[in-house]
Amino acid sequence: MLTIIFFLSSGLFLGWSLGANDAANIFGTAVGTKMIKFKTAALICSVFIIIGAVVSGAGASHTLGELGAVNQLAGAFIVALAAAITVLWMTKAGLPVSTSQAIVGAIIGWNFFSQTVTSISSLSKIVGTWIFSPLLSAIFAFLFFHIAKIIVERSKIHLLRLDSYTRIGLLIVGAFGSYSLGANNIGNVMGVFINSSPFQDITLAGLFHLSSIQQLFLLGGIAIAFGVFTYSKKVMMTVGSGIFKLSPVTAFVVVLASSITLFLFASQGLHNLLTSLHLPAIPLVPVSSSQAVVGAVMGISLAKGGRNLNFKKLGQISMGWVATPVASAILAYIALFFMQNVFMQIVFK
Amino acid sequence: MPKFFNSKGKQLEGDIDGFLDRVTTAGLIFHEGVKAYVNGKRDKFERNYQDITTLESNADNIRRDIKHKLYTYMLIPESRGDVLGLLETLDDIVDICEKVLEQFSIETPEIPEFLRSDFIELAELSSKAVEEVVKGARAFFREIGIVSDYVNKVHFYEHEADDVEEHLKRNAFNSKEITRFSHKVHMRYFAEKIAEVSDVAESVAERLSVYAIKRRI
Repeated sequence: MLTIIFFLSSGLFLGWSLGANDAANIFGTAVGTKMIKFKTAALICSVFIIIGAVVSGAGASHTLGELGAVNQLAGAFIVALAAAITVLWMTKAGLPVSTSQAIVGAIIGWNFFSQTVTSISSLSKIVGTWIFSPLLSAIFAFLFFHIAKIIVERSKIHLLRLDSYTRIGLLIVGAFGSYSLGANNIGNVMGVFINSSPFQDITLAGLFHLSSIQQLFLLGGIAIAFGVFTYSKKVMMTVGSGIFKLSPVTAFVVVLASSITLFLFASQGLHNLLTSLHLPAIPLVPVSSSQAVVGAVMGISLAKGGRNLNFKKLGQISMGWVATPVASAILAYIALFFMQNVFMQIVFK
Repeated sequence: MPKFFNSKGKQLEGDIDGFLDRVTTAGLIFHEGVKAYVNGKRDKFERNYQDITTLESNADNIRRDIKHKLYTYMLIPESRGDVLGLLETLDDIVDICEKVLEQFSIETPEIPEFLRSDFIELAELSSKAVEEVVKGARAFFREIGIVSDYVNKVHFYEHEADDVEEHLKRNAFNSKEITRFSHKVHMRYFAEKIAEVSDVAESVAERLSVYAIKRRI
């Protein structure tokens, strides 16, 4: 049991760091501008991340599994650890890092080490989605911004009433965003452990059935929630008052646009619906919530006439598409070598 | 949350409307007061002066209450500073209106017949500037797009008031009817005081236009 907990710890650490960083993408502006109390935000965020992870986390995780089926617990430990260290390192360097990109790199590192062929079609699907997701988020934000503007200006709503409705809106989209984040990103945290999951399926009181994967996701969700409660406040205050100066209404638009983006890339239901209608289905891929938010902010900048468009930020995002997975892959490869040859652990079958 | 809004938010919305009503009323009483004084209706003037004194302390209390509620209930955190700044400067208008009538009451300036119409017109233009700036403030809360229309009107009335003030002062100093220099200076002083109401209204309008830009989503 102790071994299992030890090997899962890197995934849980990755979950913690995801919670600490990414909760700010959803509730950062609301908390930073004091529209919502941190405790309320943290509670809603945690609950919905866990629900999203357990209920709808399988889709995006499956795609990661297609890329590389890490089949030994010790190997999965190193893959998650390499991703976590990359995230930590890039965060310290002040780059808009993505857990998704770090884990993909680490999986490729494992593929190289175990001499497994990396599925090019899966990889191109994933990388294509990374580029597409901030763009899609920008388009949503652009549209929603114009709709919100028309509604606010035409309704002649009192400032106080608008404030009250915006708070409710921020809570609702925050809950939706947290659900989407949990569903889309749990694969990053726990996906690599699926093939070596130590859990058995359980049925609670003959009503609730929790598969071994769902238990794994529940654990990952709790780790994310722990990150939200322990460390995200600091990040939220920076987001709310620093990098992106957003009004409460634009914050609502940003969270809505980025949440829908995350949701689209995680919803199995929507995927099935589109497939059944013979329409091109949206791939279920873990994407970066930070980059979806940056995309949405860019969309709003464009809607306002293209002022304040931060090209440096755009450059950093594109750099992250390459630099994060490469760094993570190299780190994973080296760490797997040590795990196998120094600590004498089997890292692949 | 909607229930929350029904109690605290609605109450505060009512308080703000009530405060703005008082500023408009202060402008109207100010105009009536100056008119009554200039036309020699001292009883009516004193009633106006009493009314504006009560109104001034009343407006002060409402403003303090709004400030307290905005902070206690953590409402509009983004625009709280701007709203309080706006209400404070609007309160300055009420204060000045009251102060001018008080000075009329204490100093009892002697207004010669040929300056009466100028004094009344000046008070009327200042009162109009106040009325328009309050309309602008109401628009700030509900319909941000039309704030600039009211701001322009305030600028117009302030400019008109400046012209009348200058005309009045020239008339006073060129007049042979007013013999004492101190009397001429006294007329200049009251002309400037009445025009000050429109000046303050204009500075509130300036703030308002900045706040309106900030509030655009």
